[in-house]
Amino acid sequence: MTSLTVNGKTIDISAPDDMPLLWALRDLLGYTGTKFGCGIGLCGSCTIHLDGNPVRSCQTPVSAASGRKITTIEGIGSDPVGDAVQKSWVAEGVPQCGYCQAGQVMSATALLKSNPTPDDEAIDNYMSGNLCRCGTYNRIRTAILTASASLKEDPA
Amino acid sequence: MKSPVKNFSMSNHGLNRRKFIQGVGATGALILTANWSWAEQAEEKKYGGDSQPGGVKHDPRIFIAIHEDGRVDITCARVEMGQGIRTSLALVVADEMEADWEQCRVIQAPGDRVIYGNQNTDGSRSMRHWFSPMRRCGATARAMLEQAAADQWQVAVSEVVAANHAVSHAKTGRSLAYGALAGTMESVSVPDSATVKLKDENDHRYIGREQTLSADGMDIVSGSATYGADVRFDNMVYAVIARPPCLGSRAESWDDSETLKVPGVIRVMAIKSAAIPTAFSPLGGVAVVAENTWAAMRGRDALKVKWSSSPNDGYESGAYRKVMEEAALKPARVLREQGDLDKAFAEADKKHQASYYLPHIAHATMEPPVATALLKGNFLEAWTPTQAPQEARSTMAAHVGMAEDKTRLNITLLGGGFGRKSKPDFLCEAAEIAVAMPGRAVRVQWTREDDLAHDYFHTVSVEYLAASFDQQGKTTGWLHRSVAPSIMTVFMESEYQADWESNMGHNNTPFAVPNQRIENATAQAHTRIGWFRSVSNIPRAFAVQSFVNELAQQSGRDHLEFYLELLAEDRVIDPLDVNDVWNHGENPELYPIDTGRLRRVIQKAAKKAGWGKKLPAGRGLGLAVHYSFVSYVAAVLEVEVAAGGRLVVHNATMAVDCGPQINPDRIRAQMEGSCVMGIGLALSGEISFRDGRAVQSNFDGYQIPRMPQAPRSLSVHLVDPGKEVELGGVGEPGLPPIAPALCNAIHAATGKRIRALPIGDQLA
Repeated sequence: MTSLTVNGKTIDISAPDDMPLLWALRDLLGYTGTKFGCGIGLCGSCTIHLDGNPVRSCQTPVSAASGRKITTIEGIGSDPVGDAVQKSWVAEGVPQCGYCQAGQVMSATALLKSNPTPDDEAIDNYMSGNLCRCGTYNRIRTAILTASASLKEDPA
Repeated sequence: MKSPVKNFSMSNHGLNRRKFIQGVGATGALILTANWSWAEQAEEKKYGGDSQPGGVKHDPRIFIAIHEDGRVDITCARVEMGQGIRTSLALVVADEMEADWEQCRVIQAPGDRVIYGNQNTDGSRSMRHWFSPMRRCGATARAMLEQAAADQWQVAVSEVVAANHAVSHAKTGRSLAYGALAGTMESVSVPDSATVKLKDENDHRYIGREQTLSADGMDIVSGSATYGADVRFDNMVYAVIARPPCLGSRAESWDDSETLKVPGVIRVMAIKSAAIPTAFSPLGGVAVVAENTWAAMRGRDALKVKWSSSPNDGYESGAYRKVMEEAALKPARVLREQGDLDKAFAEADKKHQASYYLPHIAHATMEPPVATALLKGNFLEAWTPTQAPQEARSTMAAHVGMAEDKTRLNITLLGGGFGRKSKPDFLCEAAEIAVAMPGRAVRVQWTREDDLAHDYFHTVSVEYLAASFDQQGKTTGWLHRSVAPSIMTVFMESEYQADWESNMGHNNTPFAVPNQRIENATAQAHTRIGWFRSVSNIPRAFAVQSFVNELAQQSGRDHLEFYLELLAEDRVIDPLDVNDVWNHGENPELYPIDTGRLRRVIQKAAKKAGWGKKLPAGRGLGLAVHYSFVSYVAAVLEVEVAAGGRLVVHNATMAVDCGPQINPDRIRAQMEGSCVMGIGLALSGEISFRDGRAVQSNFDGYQIPRMPQAPRSLSVHLVDPGKEVELGGVGEPGLPPIAPALCNAIHAATGKRIRALPIGDQLA
């Protein structure tokens, strides 16, 4: 039995220690907002926050997540930065197919928490681990800047 | 925030099939009538939406449901894969019916051609085939709402007006919100569509307006949208499949002893192997079914399968490229001939020739193929992200030997499509396992490795071009020979390309060169070939637009000026005159090839990009323009090639003329996405084969663009056609001009000519 705390809720699951957190979240707990894209940590679709830091849940065994604070896309909106990112994403019309966007939002939120006013280069560097096959990168850059500006006006 | 939160629902709240048939009248009569009139009109209905299986529909009772709380459900029968069609079609309905977007919800239709008309979402057709029917649908609903209110007030319908989610009667100051008229779709008879008045364009609030609306945006960014793998059931099982590594191979035997020891693994079973040509049937192999995806994946890792040999075992990309390059230098089947090319070449003052190579590319949708199926009694229900709801449903039913009316296929959001999800092989796999495990929902999950190994790949191609100049520098001869395995090889034996493949930028290149010959050489397929966003236009635009750049340089001319000379004076070309018999399925009278529209998009892009401006060393501008999916798109890219070959795209400027612009924001979004995808396929898009198997297995080997590869600045300019024209496509035509514009810019920056994609390390 492993105990996981997801978006503030603690749940016991029965899973082998080496099961990636991605599959525990999706298959065992029903948090399907976190997406499977590559399984080897190269696409960022499965990005979640572990104690506030962005990690690839496909590369994080459940044993490493036990006892730590897991935040998924379903819970990030209750964070003021996450909320600002989600709103600017919609306002800028970022998503196309949207499949990668949960991961993009999780990475962008982590970026703005560590660097509230990133420039283009900082954005490119930070976001380069998140793939988008629809090619929404230019709107992602814009949305990060507008979220940053909105947080400056109305600090979290 | 402008965009409302809307729920994505899998069920059809609008109307179920039985209710629909009862609502319209006597069941048999309706169907008989429909069939009869279809047959009678078949001869004239060969273009546009009417030519597609199931045709188009505009009855509001199919698509609109009004609830007492005022909510309006608009059913979208086309499939959402990122192009924004759920939003764009719904806003057309909402606008014409005077519904408030904030109170509308979009419902996704299941696959059912009888009810919904054609749903197969491909060919950049959704808006061009469905704008008018959806407009009429909304306008008819508005007329019905006005009728319902007039009936209630006992006044003439001419005295009432529907506006902004309510009907009002000015004389008496009375008003009824749409919620109060919730029964209208059932109680009021549908007026003759000829009598229904469409809104004046100036009164449109959503159609053609510059705003960002999204039916699914907030659901997507909050993780509540439903994609293929997000459908869940109690007692569900999860399967992954070991598939034959090369086309034509099958599982001869297997040892599952270690697999069955993996905790959570439930069973191991064979999947039927398809014979070549496979069409949309699964490849076969061995399925591992487990309590969760991870257990299934681990179980498959432990599985030992002996695969049979296959006629494609020897497929090797380097060797096959040589075969194609040799074929490209020999005369081949002539598709079109004009003037006397041999004479033009013999008398030429100067000649130039080049071959261009494009490897296989994989769709690599971010969401790998996935499907869920559940057999309950003798009824099979499934959920999948497919572009082709009807084709997928009938293929699934046939695969498991069930009648189609004993099945239901629900459509989720697609995490990308690009043509991959037009093929329902993955759905058939889920259905096959579900039939073997009645009562348990079965999800088949493809991994990224599965996806890249078993795609229906974009074809591999060599395009050979040759041209001649006279002493005045005029282009006198044009030869374009194409060598590429055809998509038709998935369905039948075929060495030549189909008409519709040749009509994608090969025999319909509209240059005013007096002597031309267009040829197609034979080519064999050694893997499954399939539609990839914009299809054959990718290699054709890359070759033709690069070659024009080469010709301009050969003759010491400015590329733009030289290109405009090839186009000559504005001409409206009958597609049949250039043997474009397909014309993207459209009526050649309504959709001619208009070189004036090509001219205007390239001039617009060039002007906006500052064509001709002075640039620092190491920088260059490149342009390309292409006509496809009855739209016209130009791109100018400004690149910098730094030390070590590091490439930066500083600016990308696109201009598009897609006819009337229904949802400008999504047109821009499609162009932006095409630009990034095009840069990516030019930089690193390659699936190569060795021993009959795809070499690249994940995003380490098959690299798609990341944010730093996107242009620093990207602008899209919507070009007004300047005259009454029909709607064009949007999802695909943005892609073809990007790779050649990039390569032409690289040449301008460095003098290096790229004739084979991907660019890879060619700049190092």
